[in-house]
Amino acid sequence: MTAIGKEAPLSTTAERQAVTNVPGAAPDKDWVIVTRGLKREYDMGGEIVRALRGVDVAIRRNEYVAIMGPSGSGKSTLMNLIGCLDTPDAGEYWLSGMLVSEKSEDELARVRNREIGFVFQTFNLLPRASALHNVELPLVYAGVPSDERKRRATEALERVQLGDRIHHRPNELSGGQRQRVAIARALVNTPTILLADEPTGNLDSTTSEEIMRVFEGLSSEGQTVIMVTHEPDIAAHARRVIVLRDGLISSDDRRERFTASLPATGR
Amino acid sequence: MPFREAIWLALAQIRVQKLKSFFTLLGVTIGVMFLIAVISIVQGMSSYMENDFAAKMLGVNTFTLRRFPWFGDGAGTEEEWRQWQRRPRFYHSDLPLVASVLPAGARYAVESQEFLQASSQYARPKQVEAHAVDGDYFTIKKYDVARGRLFTQQEATLGAPVVVIGDEVAKYFFRDLDPIGREFRVRGIPYSVIGILEKQGSVFGLSLDRVAIAPFNSPLHRSTNPRGDVDGIMVQLPTALAMTDAMESVREVMRGRRKLRPGEPDNFFMETSASALAFMDKLKSIMTMAGTAFPAIGLVVGGLVIMNIMLVAVAERTREIGIRKSLGARSKDILRQFIVEAATLSTLGAMVGIVLGILLAKAIEWKTPLPATVAPWSIVMATLLGTVVGIVSGVYPAKRAAALDPIEALRKE
Repeated sequence: MTAIGKEAPLSTTAERQAVTNVPGAAPDKDWVIVTRGLKREYDMGGEIVRALRGVDVAIRRNEYVAIMGPSGSGKSTLMNLIGCLDTPDAGEYWLSGMLVSEKSEDELARVRNREIGFVFQTFNLLPRASALHNVELPLVYAGVPSDERKRRATEALERVQLGDRIHHRPNELSGGQRQRVAIARALVNTPTILLADEPTGNLDSTTSEEIMRVFEGLSSEGQTVIMVTHEPDIAAHARRVIVLRDGLISSDDRRERFTASLPATGR
Repeated sequence: MPFREAIWLALAQIRVQKLKSFFTLLGVTIGVMFLIAVISIVQGMSSYMENDFAAKMLGVNTFTLRRFPWFGDGAGTEEEWRQWQRRPRFYHSDLPLVASVLPAGARYAVESQEFLQASSQYARPKQVEAHAVDGDYFTIKKYDVARGRLFTQQEATLGAPVVVIGDEVAKYFFRDLDPIGREFRVRGIPYSVIGILEKQGSVFGLSLDRVAIAPFNSPLHRSTNPRGDVDGIMVQLPTALAMTDAMESVREVMRGRRKLRPGEPDNFFMETSASALAFMDKLKSIMTMAGTAFPAIGLVVGGLVIMNIMLVAVAERTREIGIRKSLGARSKDILRQFIVEAATLSTLGAMVGIVLGILLAKAIEWKTPLPATVAPWSIVMATLLGTVVGIVSGVYPAKRAAALDPIEALRKE
């Protein structure tokens, strides 16, 4: 574990613009996520909804970013695109130096498996499988042999302090424990980014704090964390907040601005 | 996802939903059960035919000269049947000619038989299978007496009214008595019982012990064949090799005697165990086809049920599919998962069906005269069939599952 309290390298606005303003160019590998003019439209029964209207985002390794915005702002769409669950109608998306906006469905599945760890609001654990088996799942699809899978899944669960609950099923665990199983599952494949969608949406405030401490711990260990939320308290844990409005980025700031209003965290 | 993983997953899924799986499998299980039972019965019958029936009814290395086949597949058309009826009959006087062309060591006998009313002082009248025979009949049929004796050459020549009876006849007509020396009437004509045959058992539930055998020259012949002809001339050769030659020689002399021109067909038939078995093969294929058609319908229905249940499963587990896809499952992983699940389910159903089918076949064998033999290939075939039904019925639901959009699937409650 790296020293707690050490500031992660934050990208500056100028640096980001320098990366996003050169269409077609592969970004330096230090930039884990670069999007250029990302657009996504939906056909809602004849009416075209422009969910994203040209979004430029650049995120450097080990950044801890919150994406905020009111409902309908396009933050879910952006998350789906960043998570490679969806593909843009226009624009580029570079993830770890790969142009994923051009990839096939099977290749995207592989990218999700290797590069992205998802944490969902509703946990999305398989209800009938044990915590261990849930955490093993990404490794199953990565083709990791059974013994190694068990070892790595157990390690991941120990990392989120659930080493004594590995054979419990989701319904035998509390909400916070379930979300930690989900985090263990997201981390088991050592992904480039941890992508959390309203990770505390179904949790009470105490448990939310607990989960936020887990995220902070991961961030301080060098994990890149991207979190979509509509709760300012939760977003305040991040070091950088991107706010979306009507399918465009309305602000992209360092956390320092919010610090004063923050409650003390575990650090 | 590796194959083993998919099977493990499918078994876990089946374990969780035992009752539902049971009902899903019912169609395939029942289909396979009847399939196995039918094949076992057909197999049993055919091995029985080959091992017991042919030897018991027709004898080893034996052919019987007749007007038309008795055990064959019958006349193909009414026209053929009429033609058979017009054929000349065989008479005892044909025997010396036939015998003259046979090699040394060959045995021969005339045979006439009819179901006739028999009676004794001790029981109500009943039908028996009466045979009027001479020559080496007993030797060819491998008949020996349990008690008493067979008739002598002298009795045969003179046509003495003596009779050798089967085990069942002895038990029925002379219950608790020693039949030897007692009077036994066939069509009202008295015969003296001189011997009782060893128990022969039965073929397809037909008893071989319900016989009464008297010399050909005795009055019995007038009862079995009032026209004075004989049903057939049995010939047994010492070796299988001698059979073909002997049959050809007999054929030639018979054609000569009947003045058949070259090109004209034979107006007689030489029945062998092979010719009877050829008919059995025909019967077997008809039975197999008819007997498998119904189970096949069962399997189709079973497949449709599985398809339906898998479609429901895909709908129920949409969220699971979304989760798996978000974690890196490719469409083909999902496709494989659901096909393997359907195939595992169906194979399991087939396996249960195989066990039940074997039990059913054994029950039929126990309760009816039909024999049953479980063929190993039928077990392998039924298992594969179960797997194939599962794969075929799993493809469509699995494709639907694989085509789900992960975002939509994750949103589903």
